[in-house]
Amino acid sequence: MNNEYIIGILTLAGINLMTVLGLSLLTGFTGLFSFGHAGFMAIGGYTAAMMTVKFHWPFIPALLVGGLAAALASALIGKVTLNLKGDYFCIATLGFGEAIRLVLDNVQYFGGARGWPGIPYYTNIWNVLGINIVAVIVLANLIRSRHGRNMIAIREEELASQIVGIDVFKYKMTSLMISAGYAGIAGGLMGHYMTFLQPKMFSLAKSTELTIIVIFGGLGSISGSVLGALVLTSLPEILRAFYEWRLVFYGLAVIFIMISRPEGLMGGYELTPSSMKKLYRNLTSGRRDKLQGEGGGK
Amino acid sequence: MNILELKGLTKTFGGLTAVGDVNFNAEKDSITGLIGPNGAGKTTIFNLITGVYKVTKGNILFDGKDITNKEPYLIAEAGITRTFQNIRLFKKLTVYENVLTACHYNADYSLVDSVLRLPKFRKQEKQLQDQAAELINIMGLESRKDLIANNLPYGLQRRLEIARALALMPKLLLLDEPAAGMNPDETEQLMKLISEIRKRFNLTILIIEHHMDLIMGVCENIMVLNFGCKLAEGNPGDIQNDKSVIEAYLGVES
Repeated sequence: MNNEYIIGILTLAGINLMTVLGLSLLTGFTGLFSFGHAGFMAIGGYTAAMMTVKFHWPFIPALLVGGLAAALASALIGKVTLNLKGDYFCIATLGFGEAIRLVLDNVQYFGGARGWPGIPYYTNIWNVLGINIVAVIVLANLIRSRHGRNMIAIREEELASQIVGIDVFKYKMTSLMISAGYAGIAGGLMGHYMTFLQPKMFSLAKSTELTIIVIFGGLGSISGSVLGALVLTSLPEILRAFYEWRLVFYGLAVIFIMISRPEGLMGGYELTPSSMKKLYRNLTSGRRDKLQGEGGGK
Repeated sequence: MNILELKGLTKTFGGLTAVGDVNFNAEKDSITGLIGPNGAGKTTIFNLITGVYKVTKGNILFDGKDITNKEPYLIAEAGITRTFQNIRLFKKLTVYENVLTACHYNADYSLVDSVLRLPKFRKQEKQLQDQAAELINIMGLESRKDLIANNLPYGLQRRLEIARALALMPKLLLLDEPAAGMNPDETEQLMKLISEIRKRFNLTILIIEHHMDLIMGVCENIMVLNFGCKLAEGNPGDIQNDKSVIEAYLGVES
């Protein structure tokens, strides 16, 4: 294995992580499951590529426009579906994701089902890393504010959160739009990394993979999402040597986590400097207390 | 002065009339008890006042303003909040986080303020933290402030739910069976607490309860419901001797 190969995997993991961070806000902190986030990635990816290829915009503004386009699309979807309860919202997002893919299959301007080659190669490990750092800081600051607490309250007990004066619809919408924006930016990164976009890349399998990563890492934990994205993106690559079996191992790993640790790797706890210090103290003093729980908001 | 007025309040579920043409006024700073046999429509009235259910007919006036069929969060903003019969805490959060979350209404910093950690965020967040800490102190939950809400003993969960409701600085507090599942000792403490918070926060309180000692002990006014209709209203003494009330509870003498 050479360096370039490892950097390649890390870049892909970083792109996945960007979407997973957004999805973590929606699923882990607000309690809404989505199976359509690949659709938001597609919108962001195609929009960003359109900006750089057809309008010759610089990379970062193009990414932001892609994120914005995905957020606006999510606002339209949210308007009609966010009042649906639980599973129904989930199914609506599933339908949306598939619809986006099928529409793109038929838009010849973007190359249709054959795909769209010749997108400039702008994405590298450094800008992916930079964007992810900003994304984590934004997310962490958001969650440790009254807005984040309101979202967590909705996840915990929707009726009670209304009674304490939380505008549930508004906060679900905010969460959905931010999360779609993250997915849109990730889509843009992906297009400019692969230098090629094809609707097939944003199938239901992709959406499912993203949700699995969030659950695998632990609902309501940003560090869990980071860990999940790194592990689950690189696992199939590490197992490439036995490539016939790698999806089996991938499946087994996910099932193993679900059985042995249903709350996910991090299970709502965060790795922060203070929680690590505490863990270290506990380990050295021989106590077996759990990490100081932050429950995703303090 | 009346803080809450129910005018011809009616709620039907299909052919079933859960609440039928109830008229009721609650005077400011009073404590009113809502009693009646199971299924009389007491909790339904709470759900109508707080906007959880839509009103079929009639009006609800709060502080002179019509709040009929408003969204629950708007009603909460107007100054009405409640507790639930089956406790609904933010179970996985700590005691402190439960109260802090409910304090949100007293801050108005934006998403951008919080993402960039601007001075407005820091200042208001500090105020919220102080407010939450003070409330926890008043409610005597200080020593359990970092416990997960779900791990609290039952009586304290009820207490926390009241603390969370008070964080909104409401004018009207609706308590739905606050003493359910409490032993006589805890009930006694709860009665003291209710009188205390009423004075301290200038509250008007409506209580649904089956513990008659609690109702007779703290309420100045009692409304009795049966089959969704108002059966009687008056002070505790009158209600105890009201013939129709005794019949509803104990049956007719034959």
